[in-house]
Amino acid sequence: MLMAVVLVLIVVGSVAFHLVSPWWSTPIASNWGSIDTTIDITFWITGVVYVVVLLFMAYCLYRFRYNPQRRSEYQPENHKLELWLSGLTALGVVGLLTPGLIVWNDYITPPDEATEIEVVAKQWEWGFRLPGKDGVLGTTNIRFMNDENPFGINPDDPAGQDDLLIDDDLHLQTDKPIKFLLRAFDVLHNFYVPQFRAKMDMVPGMITYIWLTPNRADTFDILCAELCGIGHSSMRGIVVVENVADYEQWLKEQITFSQSMAGLNKKIKSEVKLVSRIQDKQALFSVHD
Amino acid sequence: MASETVVIPPAELPEVELYHAKSWITKYVFSQDAKVIAIQYSGTAVLIGLVGLVLSWLMRLQLGFPETFSFIDESEYLQYVTLHGMIMVVYLLTALFLGGFGNYMIPLMVGARDMVFPYANMLSFWIYLLSVLILVASFFVPGGPTGAGWTLYPPQAITSGTPGSDGGIILMLVSLVFFIIGFTMGGLNYAVTVLQARARGMTLMMMPLTVWGIFVATILALFAFPALLVASIMMLFDRILDTSFFIPMIYEMGEVIPREGGSPVLFQHLFWFFGHPEVYIVALPAFGIVSDVISTHARKAIFGYRMMVWAIIAIGGLSFIVWAHHMYVSGMNPYFGFFFATTTLIIAIPTALKLYNWTLTLWKGNIHMTVPMLWCIAFIVTFLNGGVTGLFLGNVSVDVPLSDTMFVVAHFHMVMGVAPIFVIFAAIYHWFPLATGKMLNNAMGQFHFWVTFVGAYLIYFPMHYLGFVGVPRRYYEIGETTFVPPSAADLNAFITIMVLIVGFAQVVFIYNLLTSIFSGKKSEVNPWKATTLEWQTSEFPPGHGNFGDELPVVYRWAYEYGAPENVDDYVPQNIHPDKVARKPIAE
Ligand code: HEM
Ligand SMILES: [Cu+2]
Ligand SMILES: [Cu+2]
Repeated sequence: MLMAVVLVLIVVGSVAFHLVSPWWSTPIASNWGSIDTTIDITFWITGVVYVVVLLFMAYCLYRFRYNPQRRSEYQPENHKLELWLSGLTALGVVGLLTPGLIVWNDYITPPDEATEIEVVAKQWEWGFRLPGKDGVLGTTNIRFMNDENPFGINPDDPAGQDDLLIDDDLHLQTDKPIKFLLRAFDVLHNFYVPQFRAKMDMVPGMITYIWLTPNRADTFDILCAELCGIGHSSMRGIVVVENVADYEQWLKEQITFSQSMAGLNKKIKSEVKLVSRIQDKQALFSVHD
Repeated sequence: MASETVVIPPAELPEVELYHAKSWITKYVFSQDAKVIAIQYSGTAVLIGLVGLVLSWLMRLQLGFPETFSFIDESEYLQYVTLHGMIMVVYLLTALFLGGFGNYMIPLMVGARDMVFPYANMLSFWIYLLSVLILVASFFVPGGPTGAGWTLYPPQAITSGTPGSDGGIILMLVSLVFFIIGFTMGGLNYAVTVLQARARGMTLMMMPLTVWGIFVATILALFAFPALLVASIMMLFDRILDTSFFIPMIYEMGEVIPREGGSPVLFQHLFWFFGHPEVYIVALPAFGIVSDVISTHARKAIFGYRMMVWAIIAIGGLSFIVWAHHMYVSGMNPYFGFFFATTTLIIAIPTALKLYNWTLTLWKGNIHMTVPMLWCIAFIVTFLNGGVTGLFLGNVSVDVPLSDTMFVVAHFHMVMGVAPIFVIFAAIYHWFPLATGKMLNNAMGQFHFWVTFVGAYLIYFPMHYLGFVGVPRRYYEIGETTFVPPSAADLNAFITIMVLIVGFAQVVFIYNLLTSIFSGKKSEVNPWKATTLEWQTSEFPPGHGNFGDELPVVYRWAYEYGAPENVDDYVPQNIHPDKVARKPIAE
């Protein structure tokens, strides 16, 4: 009896909490409204099942509570009922899966016009690289990495010379689709901006991606969502979404890879050092790609 | 189902002579009796589980009241998270369900005197104990235990930015290797005992669902653990011998690390090929036990027994082709998402059927609201809740915003933390009289139940919503953000206070256990009027060899409750049809 009441309270309380609690998805700032819609569909379908099953159980506990005069009904099976229940459940599953897979297909298929931007992560900071005037990101390799070339850009690749290197806030333009190429230098990280909804692990040794179109001008936090050691929770960044004019202005202030190498004013020296470092490493392992 | 026509085959082999202990040490310490081994396994699992529990309190203190406890910094927090998760999943739940309940229930419920390989069974426990000791030792090595998360993802698990990357991770991996060796010895025992040592007349389709659940879970474990074993050994090589199974060339702490070609994602595939079945290794025994306890206390035949058995087998089989639903955002080939989302949602169908069948067993039952029954209802609530949120996380695109947030933490605690623990409580309250001959105190039992059930729901239900807000998991503190409202801090404090209250209720439970063993009310024989063989032993509680001079013969299934033609509302499995009191035929 008490249990039946508690079950009803759980149903009422859970639904009420869902409706009035102040904690809910952060207002979205990208094109992934379809993900939120899929979440809503999932809530409806599973919520109905949750409420129905719990209320049914509460009714049973109340209606069939112990009575020494009575005996339970002996009905080991009911094939028709079991078939119906399987069928209905399968229908629910189809209802969930269909939007789920459609949205996933969009999620993994960036539009052709998307601009490529690289996000790099290392313990415990973010960096960003834009393709520059030629629209192409230069090739990279861990072997080229050192203090002067923190992105590991291939110094001989002409496409890399005009790449813009950003170690401060990332700026994006509203309503322009972007394909983020994700690269990690040391351990797993995960590029996560809650308002964008999208996220993806960054894995050393490979390049992963997500795409999205920011559609609300504001300033957002970048968090790391994959455990990466003792700085994990403080590995933050900032992304500023703004209109074209502000964005163009910001773009002008960024420096290119070749400027950064020259700006160090010890270009020659560092290149010599770089080459010798590469040779050192090549002695240790064979070259690939 | 109708059992009365069953023909009992003659015994194929004479009984094997049982091993009899000759000294106190071989009887209670290096024991080969499955019931003693079960208690040893359970005791060890509960003790290390208490360590896991205390670690969860420390984590909750930090999350509820950040910047209050100076002795917890980020690296300690990560160590608590890791050891808590690993202890709870592997060293507590797996060991308790298979080593504890498996050893206790299988021989008794199938009508055997003991496990078929008692010596290997004994070794199984001692190797398990060794693995626990190695795990505990990792708290005391320089650098402390590993803080890599219970998933131990490389490269992070073995690089210097992670706490415990000196000795901690090595001991963790070595401990896992021993755990798996020990488990395999026990697991082979459980499976062979079920297949070979059942009482005469007990066909597979007459076994109680508890045995089915433990049996299929054991088979899953025998196939799944090897993946973890090889992954652990490969990672040990990466850590100690500088191999590159999982480590590509990386730039760490200002230096290029000369490794090449390893794949971090490969480790994740191996880990989750073990890790997902692991969820069912914990869940299937719970499914089985809950079915039997519900049926007994509702005085009603389990609804759809055959469907229940096939669902267990189907879930077991499917659980090997869903693993990458843990890796939707891992950077694996994104097209895998379609396949694994589909298999994952298909597995929901047999799981949902089991849920329906439990509730339908209550329909037109005659329900005793005993403490074990209360726990079963609580299990259904939390398992249903966790199952529902599993449909969010399994459905690829819905997983994207929720993955790696507190939503996931709330989900898996509901479904594989709280729900199986509730079944363990149901089982303890149900079988305590069998093991000790005493009843547990009812008032303390009620108190323990209500505080734990209501408390656990209040802890984990709201936690999902922190995940919607976007709070990531494994975060020492969320700090200043643009998206987490200040009220979330109040919610975190509330959750922590609930955790401490629920923790106190466990103290009451342990007190109840200890006092009832010595001064509890004496239990009558078969206090719940159950049909299964463990309650039909010659001595009560069952002694060495379980069944006295003669092994039982089984004539019917395990759920003969409320059959209208019988005088009593239950008929045990081993009563000869001629001895069952029938109602006079009316008309
Ligand atoms: C009252 C009991 C429990 C409390 C208060 C509790 C609390 C917590 C907390 C606070 C975390 C860390 C969340 C984070 O920062 O990511 C956690 C993680 C975890 N817990 Fe529990 N927990 C409890 C019981 C259990 C049980 C019974 C299991 C068994 C399955 C379990 C399995 C896990 C796992 C697997 C993790 C993840 C560890 C990781 O992220 O590496 N917990 N728990
Ligand atoms: Cu991180
Ligand atoms: Cu899984």
